Amino acid sequence: MAEDKDREELALAEFHKKIKEAFEVFDHESNNTVDVREIGTIIRSLGCCPSEGELHDLLAEVEEEEPTGYIRYEKFLPVMTKVLQERRYRPIPEDVLLRAFEVLDFAKRGFLTKEELVKFMTEEGEPFSQEEMEEMLSAAIDPESNSINYKEYITMMVIDEN
Amino acid sequence: MGSSTSIQHQFAFQNAEKAFKAATLIQRWYRRYVARLEMRRQCTWSIFQSIEYAGQQDQIKLHDFFSYLMDHFTPSSHNERDFLDRMFTEERFPQDAEMEKYSDYESIEVPDSYTGPHLSFPLLPDHATALVEAFRLKQQLHARYVLNLLHETRKHLAQLPNINRLSTCYSEEITVCGDLHGQLDDLIFIFYKNGLPSPERAYVFNGDFVDRGKDSVEILMVLFAFMLVYPKEFHLNRGNHEDHMMNLRYGFTKEVMHKYKTHGKKILRTLQDVFCWLPLATLVDEKVLILHGGVSNRTDLELLAKLNRHKIVSTLRYKMRKENEKQAEEKRKANQTSSAQTPTPWFLPQSRSLPSSPFHLRSDKAPKTSRSSSIPCGAPLERKESSWQVQHSVGLELERCQQQVGFPVIREKEEPLLLTSKADPVVGERPEPTREEWKQVVDILWSDPMTQEGCKANTVRGGGCYFGPDVTEQLLQKYNLQLLIRSHECKPEGYEFCHNRKVLTIFSASNYYEVGSNRGAYVKLGPSLSPHIVQYQANKATHMLTMRQRISRVEESALRALREKLFAHSSDLLDEFKKHDADKTGLITLKDWAAAVESVLHLGLPWRMLWPQLVNTSMDNALEYKSWLEDLAKEQLSHENIQSSLLETLYRNRSNLETIFRIIDSDHSGFISLDEFRQTWKLFSSHMNINITDDCICDLARSIDFNKDGHIDINEFLEAFRLVEQSCSEGQPSDCPQSTNANDSDCSSSGAP
Repeated sequence: MAEDKDREELALAEFHKKIKEAFEVFDHESNNTVDVREIGTIIRSLGCCPSEGELHDLLAEVEEEEPTGYIRYEKFLPVMTKVLQERRYRPIPEDVLLRAFEVLDFAKRGFLTKEELVKFMTEEGEPFSQEEMEEMLSAAIDPESNSINYKEYITMMVIDEN
Repeated sequence: MGSSTSIQHQFAFQNAEKAFKAATLIQRWYRRYVARLEMRRQCTWSIFQSIEYAGQQDQIKLHDFFSYLMDHFTPSSHNERDFLDRMFTEERFPQDAEMEKYSDYESIEVPDSYTGPHLSFPLLPDHATALVEAFRLKQQLHARYVLNLLHETRKHLAQLPNINRLSTCYSEEITVCGDLHGQLDDLIFIFYKNGLPSPERAYVFNGDFVDRGKDSVEILMVLFAFMLVYPKEFHLNRGNHEDHMMNLRYGFTKEVMHKYKTHGKKILRTLQDVFCWLPLATLVDEKVLILHGGVSNRTDLELLAKLNRHKIVSTLRYKMRKENEKQAEEKRKANQTSSAQTPTPWFLPQSRSLPSSPFHLRSDKAPKTSRSSSIPCGAPLERKESSWQVQHSVGLELERCQQQVGFPVIREKEEPLLLTSKADPVVGERPEPTREEWKQVVDILWSDPMTQEGCKANTVRGGGCYFGPDVTEQLLQKYNLQLLIRSHECKPEGYEFCHNRKVLTIFSASNYYEVGSNRGAYVKLGPSLSPHIVQYQANKATHMLTMRQRISRVEESALRALREKLFAHSSDLLDEFKKHDADKTGLITLKDWAAAVESVLHLGLPWRMLWPQLVNTSMDNALEYKSWLEDLAKEQLSHENIQSSLLETLYRNRSNLETIFRIIDSDHSGFISLDEFRQTWKLFSSHMNINITDDCICDLARSIDFNKDGHIDINEFLEAFRLVEQSCSEGQPSDCPQSTNANDSDCSSSGAP
C-alpha cells in the first residue's frame, strides 16, 4: 500500500514537472502566466487531443473570473494535472483516423479531391480557418492530381511525429 | 411523403451526422499535430536564445580572467611580461592628425586588373546604386575606395549632432530598419521591395550593421555611400556592435582581415573612428524616437545631445576621468609604507596619483617607486603606461560587470600610476567622457524592454538595463514623444510591439539563427506617424518548404548547437549523472537526466521535451549515460587523437580563447606564435584550476596542423572544434575524420555567438 502511494506521488511529481515545462515554454515574461491563445498548444503538446469545444470548456476552468487574456500557472496546474491523471482527451489512433477519412470518401476511391477536402474542413465539424486550411493543403495535396491520398498522408504525418 | 422519402431523409441525416463527426475528428487530430509543431518551434527558439545569451555572458567570464591575471599572476620572466603586456596594451587611440594618415588612400594603387566597382568623389546617386549592384554580383570594393569612402564618411558624420532630426514634411515616408548583422541579402531585398533611398524616400538604419553575417563590409559601404549621397534623408544610428571590441569577438574583424589582407588593418583603424562618430539616435517630427537598444529610468536626452560622442570608443571599455585627487593622494601615501617590502607584479598599480587626464603626462606627478623593481628600466615606458591605463579601464569595466551581475566588488578602486617623465605631450587629445555620460550611452545601446514595471540591470547582456512600461511612459511624457522604435533583439516575426504599443522592436536580419528561423521586417512612417510594418524572409528556399519542413530545419540546427554545448560540459555531466546513479547501474532515468543537465548547463530549457531528440535510447525511460556522452564526443571532434578532456575544456572556452587570441594578434595576421598559444593556455588554465602539464599543451599544439615556423593559424586551431561539415550532417552524420575546410568567410555558426 505504501509503495503504491509512493509510486502515485512520484507519478504526480512527474506530471507536475511535465506541465511546468510545457507552460514555461510560453511564459515569455517569466512571470508564471501565458497568453490565453497559447493554452490550446500547451494542452495538446502534453499529449491530449481535445476538440475545440472541449478546449473551450477547459479554458473556462482556468481563466480568471474576469478574463485578463492571461492564464496563471496556479490555476492551470491543478486542472491540467486532473486531465492527465484521468487520461482525458486521448489522442486518436491511426486506424480511427483512417476510418474518418473513409467516411468522407463516399465513393470509396481512396482519395479526396482538394475541393472536397476544403469543403469538409471549412464547412463541417469545427471549421478550419483559412490559414489552417492552407497549411494543411500545402502538405497534403499532391499538386499533380490535386487530391489527397489520405492513407499515404496519414502514414507520412505519423512518421513525422516520431 | 411516403416511407421511402422519410427513410431517405433518415439515411441522409445519418450520413450528414457521420460526415460531421468524421470532419470533427480529423480537425481535432490535425490541430493537435499543428500544436506539437508549434511547441517544437517555440522550443527551438528558446534553445537559440538561451545559447546566444549564455554566450554573451562569456564577456563577463573574460573579464574574470583579466581580473584573475591582475590579482594573482606574477610574470616570472621577461617573456611572460611582454606577453601580458601585449594582451593588455591597447594601442593608443590615434589623434586626428594620425587619423588622416590612416585613412590615407591616395597612395594605394588600383591595378588595371581590378574588375570591381570604381568610386569617385563626390559620390553621385548612380555610384551608390552601382555599388549595390556590384555587391549583388559578389564583387569586392577595392581597399583604396573603401578608405576613401570611409574618409568622406568620417568627415560627414563629424558634422552631425548626436541626435538627428527628421521630418515627414520633407520626405513623405520614412523607412526604419533594424539589425542587419552582415546579411547583405536582406539589405538588397529591402531596397528591392521598398525602393532605393531618394529625397522622397528617407531611411533610418538603427545600428548593428556588422558582425555575425558574412557581408558586413559590403553593408557598411552601401549604407555610407547612400548617406553621402542623400545626407538629409539617409540616417544611421550607432548600435552596440559598431564597436571594435565587439567586432573582435563576433566576426567583423575577421571578415575585414580576410577580405583585405594588405590594407585591412588600416581599414579597421579608420572604422574604429568612424563608429565613434555615428550618431546615437534619430528623432522624427519630434515625436518618434529611434535608437538601437532602449532606455533607462535615467535616460537624459539633453545630456545625450550634448556629450562628445566621439569620446566613447567602445561601450565595453570605460576610461575614467580623474575623480578625487586628494583621496588618491592619501591612499598613495598609505600604500607606500605598507607595501614597501613585497615585490609586486609590475602591472599592479601601487602608488596612486591621478593625472588630470589619463593621457596627459605631467612631470610633477612622477611616481615614488614603491613598485617592484623587477622591471628593467630599459623597457619602453610608453607602452607600459598605456597598458596600465588599459588595465585600469578593464578593471573598472570588470567592476561594472561584477556589479551588474550582483557580485560584490572586491577590489578597491585603484587609480593607475602614470610613469614617467618621458614627456609625451599628448596635447589636444580629447578629454575622456564622464562616467555618467558613458553610462547614458551604454543604456541606449544595450537595454531591453521587459513587461514588469521598473528598471533593473541587464545581467544577461552584461550592460544596459531592462526597462519596464513605466520607464517608457515616463520618458515619452518627459520629452513629449509618442513612440520609441528600437532594435537589438531578434523577433520571430521581425517586429514586436510592447509597452502598450509605445515601444516597437524592429529587426531586419531574417533567418538570423538559421534559414527559416525568423522573418525580418522594416517599418514605414508617414506624416500620420502611424507605423506600417512590412515583413519578409530573404531566402527563396524557405518559401518552398512547408511549415513542418521549415521547423524541422531550424530545429535540427538548434539541436546541433545544443549537442555542442552538452559535449563541452561532458566531464561535469558525467559527474552529475554518477551522483544520480548510486547503484552504479550505468543508467539514468529521464527525470534525473533532466535535473542533471539543467544543473550543469543552466539554460532553463524544457529538457523533458527535448529528451526524445537529444537521446537515442531503446529503453523507454533509461539512458546509458556514458555511451551517450561518448557518442556526443564522436560527433563533435574531428581529431580523435587529441586527449578529449583537454579538448573539451578548450572547446567550452573557445569563444573567450578566440577573443584573447585576436587581442594578442594585434596586427590581425591570423597567426599567433606557439609560445603565445602556450602562455595563453597556461594562464587560462591556472585561472580555471585545470591541471595541464606543459607536455600536454605541446602535444596538443603538435597534433594541430600548424605551420612549421612555429605559428598557429587561429582559424585552423578553432576549426579543430568545428562540427562535421553541414553537408555531412544533412544526410547521415557520417564520420568525416579530417577537419573541415577552414572557410574563413564563414563567420560564427549558430552555436557560437
